[in-house]
Amino acid sequence: MAALQSPLRACRGILKELRAIQGPHYKQSPAYAYVMEQFRKNKPEVTGERYCRAQQEALHASNTYLCLLASTRNHLALHNLYHGKGERAPEEVAGLVGLRLPTQPGGKGWEK
Amino acid sequence: MLRSLVKLQSRVGNVLSLSSVCPRGQLCKIPLNHKAYSTATSERKKFYEDVSISQGEGGLYEINLDRRKLKTPGGKLFTVPNEALAIAVATEWDAQRDTLKFYTMHLTTLCNTAIDNPTQRDKDQMIKAALKFLETDTICYRVEEPLGLVELQKNEWDPVLHWVEDRYNVVIGSSSSILGPEIPEATKDTFQQHLSSYSFWSLTGLEYVITQLKSVVLSLGVIDRHLTVEQAVLLSRLEEEYQIQRWGNVEWAHDYDMYELRARTAAGALFVHLSSESSTVKRKLLQD
Repeated sequence: MAALQSPLRACRGILKELRAIQGPHYKQSPAYAYVMEQFRKNKPEVTGERYCRAQQEALHASNTYLCLLASTRNHLALHNLYHGKGERAPEEVAGLVGLRLPTQPGGKGWEK
Repeated sequence: MLRSLVKLQSRVGNVLSLSSVCPRGQLCKIPLNHKAYSTATSERKKFYEDVSISQGEGGLYEINLDRRKLKTPGGKLFTVPNEALAIAVATEWDAQRDTLKFYTMHLTTLCNTAIDNPTQRDKDQMIKAALKFLETDTICYRVEEPLGLVELQKNEWDPVLHWVEDRYNVVIGSSSSILGPEIPEATKDTFQQHLSSYSFWSLTGLEYVITQLKSVVLSLGVIDRHLTVEQAVLLSRLEEEYQIQRWGNVEWAHDYDMYELRARTAAGALFVHLSSESSTVKRKLLQD
């Protein structure tokens, strides 16, 4: 059932997301430093075992974090696309059918 | 409320300088002792430029927005036990543009819940609530028709159920009656023992994941790294996916829900992992 991505894909994915979040200076962020350090620390040559549990855990954690970043970005994009506009002002609504709101020069009774 | 005061007074014609009236959300000369963000429903503008982390007393990490320390909605200082979680929270705050959208900051919300504990619960209550959910676990509820869905449920959910039963040495059945499966007491005891080894923060995260996925079995699958987040979300929404394949996908509802569920589940899972991890580095002598 484990369809985990390879470490390289996970790393590239996370860096892409960080770049999308932070713009051109993403390499100076603490997140970038931490991610690179973790990936370097868990490389197969360093730990020396073929099936290392810490590696599998780290890979799962990196996939989870990639999923988190990607889904929040997509969720926000969909929200802005479909749910972000709010209501129109009454003037606009009237303008849709070619009407104008009436004005009262002295202001309505409860306004100053 | 301050903003409406400013509007009224400026209509009357008084000229107020910005430094004497301090509307919320803009730079303020008065030192801010109140919480770094309020729980008002109006949108908060982004009032900081840089986000950084620092290590405070006791080895706990804090988040700094410009030079002010982040606080929880309950007023306490926002402290995190480990660095990875602090960096992830700082990245969430850094990702905000113009306005603060708290519904995208899932890790921050989880940390706030764990620190403040607004419902004043302790570990036992949380474990009991989680076990109660087992009786209404999604995986255990099967339909009897349409046949395609029955097959799908059998093929996708049964392996996970078997995995949980093997891993924890328990018995959880599945049933298609309206009352659901009968969970034997031994199963509950085993799970209770297992869950009490988790810390309070990890339990907060686990409860969040259970609430999102509507299933204890799937949550354990994600926490034990047997399933990825995408797989768990797919299994949790199995019936919806079946209907989508049959009737078509509606992006502004289905995809929206799926991404939100993925984000929340991933945040919860990461929260649990980071709250319960500890790593040591042992150096081996090079033997080449």
